[in-house]
Amino acid sequence: MSLLEVTSVNRGFGPAHARSEILGNINLSIEEGEFVAIVGYSGTGKTTLMSLLAGLLQPDSGTITLAGQPITEPGPDRGIVFQNYSLLPWLTVYENIALAVDQVFPSWTAEQRREHIERHIAMVNLTPARNKVPRELSGGMRQRVSVARTLAMNPKILLLDEPLGALDALTRATLQDEIARIWESEKKTVVLITNDPDEGIYLADRIIPLTPGPRATLGPSIPIPLPRPRDRAAINHDPAFKAIRTRVLDFLLSFQEMRKTTLSKNLLLPDLVPEDLTRSGGPGLFAPRRRPVRRGELKREEIVVRS
Amino acid sequence: MIFSKLKLDSLLLPLIGVVAFVALWFGLSATVSPDLPDPTATWVSSKPVVVEPFAYRGEMDQGILRFTWLSLVLVAKGYAIALIVGTPLGFILGLSKVATKICDPMIQVLRPVSPLAWLPLGMILFMKTGKGVSEMAALFTIAICSMWPTVLNTAVGVRSIPQDYLNVAKVLKLSRTKTLFKVLVPATLPYMFTGFRLSLGIAWLVIVAAEMLTGRPGVGGFLWQQYNSLVYEQIILCILTIGLVGFVLDRLMSLVEARFKTA
Repeated sequence: MSLLEVTSVNRGFGPAHARSEILGNINLSIEEGEFVAIVGYSGTGKTTLMSLLAGLLQPDSGTITLAGQPITEPGPDRGIVFQNYSLLPWLTVYENIALAVDQVFPSWTAEQRREHIERHIAMVNLTPARNKVPRELSGGMRQRVSVARTLAMNPKILLLDEPLGALDALTRATLQDEIARIWESEKKTVVLITNDPDEGIYLADRIIPLTPGPRATLGPSIPIPLPRPRDRAAINHDPAFKAIRTRVLDFLLSFQEMRKTTLSKNLLLPDLVPEDLTRSGGPGLFAPRRRPVRRGELKREEIVVRS
Repeated sequence: MIFSKLKLDSLLLPLIGVVAFVALWFGLSATVSPDLPDPTATWVSSKPVVVEPFAYRGEMDQGILRFTWLSLVLVAKGYAIALIVGTPLGFILGLSKVATKICDPMIQVLRPVSPLAWLPLGMILFMKTGKGVSEMAALFTIAICSMWPTVLNTAVGVRSIPQDYLNVAKVLKLSRTKTLFKVLVPATLPYMFTGFRLSLGIAWLVIVAAEMLTGRPGVGGFLWQQYNSLVYEQIILCILTIGLVGFVLDRLMSLVEARFKTA
């Protein structure tokens, strides 16, 4: 029995007559301690899938179970790190994490909780910023707070929803290394959703492409047998890495053609007979020309066809 | 250089405005409206009320700051009622679409009603209270006129809380009360304080009308009494006082409001 089990899940949005099916027949099973990356184009339903796993949305059909228990509502056993950090702006770094810790571990003593919070702030190297509010932090620092808050909840599974999507390339690389380091030490089960195949391959044990929607579904699961810890510089020249990247990209690109759907549209031509600029009604600059008229106004129209 | 420019902008330019205003005042009282006391006459007549601002010579003959204080106390009470009623009402409207649909037409109709119209109703409502009727009616009027900006701004604030914050509350499984006090209230505070500031402005506007109609001692009551006893100079003094106090209150509230602005 896998830790997370997703069986033929469908999910769409909108009323019956204008329904758009986002996800169709999603099947996924993730073992305890595994790091799985799901990679796909923007706007294909990656965030919808994550919301389903988090319990923020319910599937239209199909089941999602975590350790055998069906997921019916959000809860702290599935720690989600949102793309836009979702820190409460009126709380400091410490207080943001404390809000989660106080809620999840109410039976602990104040001292235990304080120690737990400080340890997680230190884990993401933010101890010097512990009393700052989010607006005083850079994007990368905010995302680290968000990661620390989620890890501090000690979830069974960590859901990362494009956590580095809003960051610049350099900060991204640093945070990827940090995520890799934390995962090595904590050995949590992680689902990472990303639009960057390299990020997915660098971090995960397994990468699964998500086909473009509508009715996006998961492609083949591609194992990443690269040894850990992985070296960012060396990995780029590793033929195994290149082969995996080619497989992922080929799979995703093969859908590019299918994305070009045929649209048929009724075009309404403008109801105007254009002004005739060649013929003047008489001599002089202001000679009356036929003004542009609506076809509807015309009583009679002569169309000369020269053969 | 920059300093002198700053000084010019923030000191000299407003001064030009004041001088122009006083000149216009002189001009008006000298030409079209001879009954309007000019600035010198206003000062001479107002001097006893101003130089002894806390004097008490009779209920309707007190120093100007003493009157201001009386008015401020009344406004504070009415304003407090407005906030105590208005803030929770705003939360209910912001959280529940049904409540919005029930209350919105009533609010839209009641909101533009003038304080002059509410006051008689207040008198009728609290007729049974006997001697306190005028105060009760004044408080009722201030509260009902000034609470709408608080109600509406709070409701807008609650409705515009980002879904992210609510998701955090959901994922953490915060209880209803915890969600309210840890997420909803702090997220709404900036909007609430904008409402509070606007409400205070209205409460101070209403005080004059309320005191005039009830004849209570205060800046507004004093103004009305001096008009009836043909002491026009002191009316102008009252107007200036009301304006200054309103300005100071607004500034103070702006400071508090800025304190609660979050990113």
